[in-house]
Amino acid sequence: MPTARELAKRKPVIVSGHRLCAGCGAGMTLRQILLSSPYPVVVACATGCVEVSTSIFPETAWNVPWIHSAFENAAATITGVEAAYKVLKRKGKISKEIKFIAIAGDGGTYDIGLQALSGALERWHDFVFVCYDNGAYMNTGIQRSGATPRGAYTTTTPSGKVIPGKVQPRKDLTAIAVAHNIPYVAQANPAYWRDLTTKAEKAITTEGPAVLVVYSDCNLGHGHEPEEAIELSRLATETCFWPLYEVVYGKYRLTYRPKEKLPIRLWLEKQARFRHLFEPQNEHIIDEIQQEVDKMWEKLLWLCGELETKEQTEDTPA
Amino acid sequence: MTAEKSEGKFIRGQVKGLIGDDAIAEAMRQINPDVVAAYPITPQTLIVEKFAEFVADGLVDTEMIHVESEHSAMSACIGAAAAGARAMTSTASQGLALMWEMLYVASSLRLPIVMAVTNRALNSNLNIHCDHSDAMGARDSGWIQLYSENAQEAYDNTIQAVKIAESIYLPVMVCLDGFVVSHSLEPVEVLPDEAVKEFIGEFKPLYSLLDVDNPITVGPVDLPPYYMEHKRSQWEAINRAPAIVLEVGMEFYKRFGRAYGFVEAYRLEDAEIILVAMGSAAGTVKAAIDIARSNGSKAGLLKIRMYRPFPWSAIRKLLCNAKAIGVMDRALSFNGEGGPLFTDIKAALYEAEKHPKVINYIYGLGGRDITLRQILNIIEQLEAVGRGEPVEPIQWVGLRTKEGVTFA
Repeated sequence: MPTARELAKRKPVIVSGHRLCAGCGAGMTLRQILLSSPYPVVVACATGCVEVSTSIFPETAWNVPWIHSAFENAAATITGVEAAYKVLKRKGKISKEIKFIAIAGDGGTYDIGLQALSGALERWHDFVFVCYDNGAYMNTGIQRSGATPRGAYTTTTPSGKVIPGKVQPRKDLTAIAVAHNIPYVAQANPAYWRDLTTKAEKAITTEGPAVLVVYSDCNLGHGHEPEEAIELSRLATETCFWPLYEVVYGKYRLTYRPKEKLPIRLWLEKQARFRHLFEPQNEHIIDEIQQEVDKMWEKLLWLCGELETKEQTEDTPA
Repeated sequence: MTAEKSEGKFIRGQVKGLIGDDAIAEAMRQINPDVVAAYPITPQTLIVEKFAEFVADGLVDTEMIHVESEHSAMSACIGAAAAGARAMTSTASQGLALMWEMLYVASSLRLPIVMAVTNRALNSNLNIHCDHSDAMGARDSGWIQLYSENAQEAYDNTIQAVKIAESIYLPVMVCLDGFVVSHSLEPVEVLPDEAVKEFIGEFKPLYSLLDVDNPITVGPVDLPPYYMEHKRSQWEAINRAPAIVLEVGMEFYKRFGRAYGFVEAYRLEDAEIILVAMGSAAGTVKAAIDIARSNGSKAGLLKIRMYRPFPWSAIRKLLCNAKAIGVMDRALSFNGEGGPLFTDIKAALYEAEKHPKVINYIYGLGGRDITLRQILNIIEQLEAVGRGEPVEPIQWVGLRTKEGVTFA
């Protein structure tokens, strides 16, 4: 694994001057992932924050071949590129080893992009799908997505007099990816750069489809100061809201275990999107969120074989 | 299409009995595209099935992507073509409708994708049979549209489409009538593999996503300062397409002896009554015209082959001396007037010196048959129009009414 110093010396894939917000988690995530590739890459981007802020004509922040065609189809688009590569290589028109990466936000993955992603995984193309998950449609102004956590305020799930933010918990996209029985799926977080770059390199060099679901802080949408991005990203993992693990052909492995599992309140209270939950009439929602996090964490530990032997044999995941 | 079989002058192929879908698949086998991404839909299914057989038997080098939807079919073709591959697909009806978003992307990114469309009606209600509603919905998407009267034309158009697309970096749709052509067995002259290969040549893309040493950004965000200029250049490109279509048609004729232009003029020289049609109905119209002519009528047919871009001046020139024109639309346009072809024909005639009366005949929706007798009755009505008798401008053919079936 390359060191941070070595990574920093590699030719950047996305150059500075792009128009992502200060403190944007997606920018950090993609920089880390793309620097991790030992091979040249071709990138397909879904419509979203990254796409609109890195490719404004006549400028481009991309040092690698890059394509955007629409919102829901980054996976389908990259599979076309990958298929072209396979056949042109077979015909001797290309000799280089090239890797293929599709990038989408949670909207372009959990929601509108799910069908194309599922199809591409099932067809076993050799590519990596990266979802930078900031938990809402941030590009269009913070609307709810299938990734929005329970209780969160978004512009389409406002905290009103009757309904206190988003009612449902988020979809478990990583599990959906795992259900395709593909070679590599991982959940990561740019606050743990070593973990993320290791997973990225694995995903990129693994033959066949791979999915990286990466926590992506959005200070605008989550409601905090830009300089708190990494701190809040870290809290997402330390509270076990966003555990770090990888799944190789269905086999789960925890890649990081917090020394002490912190209460979810510590992460919620620092974000304006959850502020209304701390009003007396909504406090019970925090308890419910805590219970959900506990349940999911327990299930993950079980899947990873991390429980005490007795619990491991007796308990089954909910 | 007029076959001129002068001995020894043209490269001859082998005549086989093929249905339209198989004719398309045969053309695709000979084209040997790098990537085919397709999703099955009636009545296109037989194209992908047949082509999958060619892939399975190793008769082509193609990477075939069995996508999970037509939207992904076009998206994958876009990715493949942007990566410098020769990419093809085919669809129909709802599939084309689902692709709609990506049709504009393909043409705007100037990707030379070729797609066969087995024309079928649109939901609702569900109907698997032929009309042109599907392709009409895509008529202004920046794709070149070629319509085929029969399986031979579908085959010939597919081969020419590759050369047209790659000459001007625009996608081409080859339309053939669902079932009427796609599933009907006809004699089709299949050209020698080598001759097709030589005719289409090798695709040498200007840019490729796989050229990692010269990275390009494809499909960027394009805001008010530049978007309009890019649209202008795309507009100029499709306006240059007619010259390319003619050039490729001419080269096809020189090699293989079948002539293709924007339109086919059938017995138009002295025609006073002109029917305008596209697709398989043109064959029935020709037969009706022969009968009408033998009864003293001066009827003729203008068959549209290239519907987009629309050959405005050629059509104007061929139509303006008629006494009455009947435009046959196998699709509706809910524009408050007539069908899409009717609207285009009338617009074309606006700049003409003379303005013959134009009547719209809506026919064949959802696979309703159009018969010889109906067309003869249309010609008779147009004779009356030519004599100055008043007739409602929008007529429905073969429609069940309280008074009986129209034009029956």
